[in-house]
Amino acid sequence: MLAGAKSKLPLFIFLTPILLWLFLLIVLPHLDLLRMSFRIENDYGDMIWSVNNYLEFFREPIYWLTFARTALYAIIVTFLTLCISLPVAFYITKVAPPRFKGFLSLLLLMPFWVSELVRVYGWMILLRESGVINHFLLKWGILRQPVEMLYNDVAMTMGLVYTSMLFMVVPLLSVLDNLDDSLIEAAFDLGSTTPTIVWKIIIPHAMPGIASGSIVVFMLTLGNYLTPNLMGGKNSLWFTEQIYNQFIASFNWNQGSAFGFLLLIISSLIIFAGLKLTNQKLSKVVQ
Amino acid sequence: MNKQALSLMVAGGFILGLASGVNAETLELLTWKGYAPKSLVEKFEKETGITVKTTFSNNEEMIAKLRATRGAGFDLAQPSQDRISSVQEKFNIYQPIDYAKIDATLIVPSMLEAVKKNTMVDGKSYGVPHVYGTSGLIVNKKTAADANDYTALLDPKYEGRVSYRLKRPTLIAMAFAEGKDPFALYNDAEAYQALMESIGQNLIDAKGLVKTYWTNGDALLQSMRSGEVNVAMAWDNGGWKLNAENPDIDFVAPKSGALGWIDTFAIPAKAKNVDAAYKWINFMMVPENAAVFTNAEKYGTASAGAIEFYDDSVKANFQRSFSQADVDNIKWYPPVPAKLEAIEGKILDKVKAAQ
Amino acid sequence: MHVDLSVKNVSKHFKSFTAVDDVSFEVEKGKFFSILGPSGCGKTTLLRMIAGFEEPSAGSIYIGAQDMAEIPPNKRPVNLIFQHLALFPMMNVADNIGFGLARRKESKAEIRKKVADILERVNLPGFGPKKIHQLSGGQKQRVAIARSLVLDPTALLLDEPLGALDLKLREQMKIELKKLQVEVGTTFVYITHDQSEALVMSDHVAVMNEGKFEQIDSPQNLYSRPASPFVARFVGNNNCLAGTCVGYGDGLAQLQFSSGEKIGARTDRHFTTGVKAELFIRPESIIIEPEKELPELNRMQVAVSSILFDGANSQLLVTSPALADEMLISLPQNRQYEHIAAGDRIEIGWDVKAGNCFEVQ
Repeated sequence: MLAGAKSKLPLFIFLTPILLWLFLLIVLPHLDLLRMSFRIENDYGDMIWSVNNYLEFFREPIYWLTFARTALYAIIVTFLTLCISLPVAFYITKVAPPRFKGFLSLLLLMPFWVSELVRVYGWMILLRESGVINHFLLKWGILRQPVEMLYNDVAMTMGLVYTSMLFMVVPLLSVLDNLDDSLIEAAFDLGSTTPTIVWKIIIPHAMPGIASGSIVVFMLTLGNYLTPNLMGGKNSLWFTEQIYNQFIASFNWNQGSAFGFLLLIISSLIIFAGLKLTNQKLSKVVQ
Repeated sequence: MNKQALSLMVAGGFILGLASGVNAETLELLTWKGYAPKSLVEKFEKETGITVKTTFSNNEEMIAKLRATRGAGFDLAQPSQDRISSVQEKFNIYQPIDYAKIDATLIVPSMLEAVKKNTMVDGKSYGVPHVYGTSGLIVNKKTAADANDYTALLDPKYEGRVSYRLKRPTLIAMAFAEGKDPFALYNDAEAYQALMESIGQNLIDAKGLVKTYWTNGDALLQSMRSGEVNVAMAWDNGGWKLNAENPDIDFVAPKSGALGWIDTFAIPAKAKNVDAAYKWINFMMVPENAAVFTNAEKYGTASAGAIEFYDDSVKANFQRSFSQADVDNIKWYPPVPAKLEAIEGKILDKVKAAQ
Repeated sequence: MHVDLSVKNVSKHFKSFTAVDDVSFEVEKGKFFSILGPSGCGKTTLLRMIAGFEEPSAGSIYIGAQDMAEIPPNKRPVNLIFQHLALFPMMNVADNIGFGLARRKESKAEIRKKVADILERVNLPGFGPKKIHQLSGGQKQRVAIARSLVLDPTALLLDEPLGALDLKLREQMKIELKKLQVEVGTTFVYITHDQSEALVMSDHVAVMNEGKFEQIDSPQNLYSRPASPFVARFVGNNNCLAGTCVGYGDGLAQLQFSSGEKIGARTDRHFTTGVKAELFIRPESIIIEPEKELPELNRMQVAVSSILFDGANSQLLVTSPALADEMLISLPQNRQYEHIAAGDRIEIGWDVKAGNCFEVQ
């Protein structure tokens, strides 16, 4: 008993600063934001308790429509990212010669050595009306007039997919690495065509990786601010931008906090629904 | 046990050391991009031995940052003069300026008086004028020769070649262009909201013409330079910078009046190094130093006598873009009352969200 | 006679390495055919070529009467049982077994019926809804076989499926597998490195070494009449006695050891005097303390170096100045030889017609 207590003491000493750190920097500010989200200013300029900040979200169509738009695009981006990442991850784990695997993984990682801002500006240089792609299309006579490829939803979606890809590929690499090649061969041997192998063997096997990758990509996309703002152009109001505007432009921190918590709650619900639909357990997915 | 006590002491000492390491004199400056040119920072550091740390921001973020810390973390901030009094009243994030510590001879008296008046809360003033300038149009004369007022931004002629910020100056400029005076409605929130909503609707109706809503000044200049944008609402200095590269592009003072702003020095409530802040203010107002800034950034300053040190091109810029009538027509921002920002914010969100 | 599988002059080269070198064989309908060889001999490559996962570099493979060139595995009328079975862990037993049927777009009712039938057949009735991880090793084995058999393949290919099982279960499964094969009458092509599996189950066994077939024969012939020293060494236990041929006649070579002792050695080959030769003699062919009057016996005086007790498989380890290596002799546990102890000198003997003698290449 004594020995047990003694051996735990250093652990506590070690953990205390970390727990304190977590509490002070993560839990406490959130509690403060939560409190703030339930406060409003009444007509006399006094702060009172109210759920009005939350009701405002449902009352005012631009808020919930923006959220719906943001969530819809996040789902589309997640799906597209998955469609691109699965073949990529499959190629790296199963097709590429073993000595290239590390190199290919590194290649995927490379864009993440620079900040998101730089990556987005890179895309903007390529896509803008006076950009690199237009320059070559004009030079080769494919286009007569330069075309604006930036500032639309397609460009924004592409930018978001590009930004998210790594976070989908990495969990897929680890699940596909665990997939026994002979399962694929067995399915082939039993008369499967390639699409049925993908659908019946690879995707069910990769499901935990798909789910965890999708959660990360979905959350990252939903919470992204830079890419929709810079690449999306004039129609691309993103929900995070609305939170930012509440805090920064309108000085309405109470409304902003309420939006923040709504984002947290609704996105959690979407993920929960997604897990239910695909029959996955959260505890398994986060492993 | 002894060993543990020793290691705890070592750890404690380390933390104390970290805290005291910050003690070397520094000035934490929260300002706009370009407001602290490198050459001046180096000169200041050499003269005073104070290290200057700059953080670049804009009006809204400056207020948000200081509000979050209740006025701590920075020794000197540079908000626009119209954004001080209401913020100070509500959040109490600045401390009154001790004008005895400012060398008033360095500052244009009329500007100093105006800023003192506009930043006054409960009989105390919170700002010292630094930089002034205007917002108006940057126009490519070759492709948009007759763009001479904000209404050009709503003109189908320039479809796809128009850009502006989705910020309050745009709403105010559009109101002036319609012949209204939004400043006169500052104290009538309901009338102001009605006016702004109609302006917002105009912006939504003309949304199809917009290339993009710019957020970053350098990115806008790049769009103008490459010919992607021909008419934009922006700050005068941007137009003048482009004019030096391409004489076709220039700043135009709009017919209904350029919007005049003055950025100030204001000292956050919990500033640590107030002395350094005053030193910086007086340093920046020395005519030679103010001229270094103006020659680089093309903005005017409140420094009296700096004009002697201006480059000829800087003087020429002003004369080219502003006739005497234009100067008289500049609409100087009065202090913004509280609540207007929330009204404007929602309208701007609507414009951005509109399809 | 109906041939289900016919392999003609098939080779497979990987860059500079030849895995399978000009192999030909035929398997008759309903037979259990094994390919036996050490690991790395090319047997798996050969099987994968039959299943369609590898293309032969040369030669052709016929299943039934059909040339399999260019036909992918999912179109071939054969099924492969993988070494680790490759059951689909994401499906239950019934879905695993019904997988191939569903690919053939058979109706749900049909699939359910066939799955129930085959589960009955492999003695796993009612196992349909079970998860794969709930099954024991032997049950998994049977599910894997059922999954292929339900498709009624022309031939079932098995890639060392018993390798992962423990010894006891392996012994049991050997018998079960043989019984099942007889029952369903499907042609089995089985590869293994375990000679006991091959001998117990097969109608015919091919011994493979370094990409080539050394011998194709019945298990009995393989054991008693090996066609090469490799087969003699690889199949069953064998003692190898090296000497020089000093005479030949009528299927009998005279071997002389370095010690000068001479013995008679049975052979199917023609020998010339003076060549180096090896005689392979089985431990159970050797008689301990043979009676004096027994004719045509090679006799030898040896020293017992140790007794290896292993129940029914007990053996004596003996040495003799005539021999380079120690010899193994079966020691029947019938109390007759209880008096023998390590260090004893005893006489042994074997029939001159036991054993097989090969020229050393």
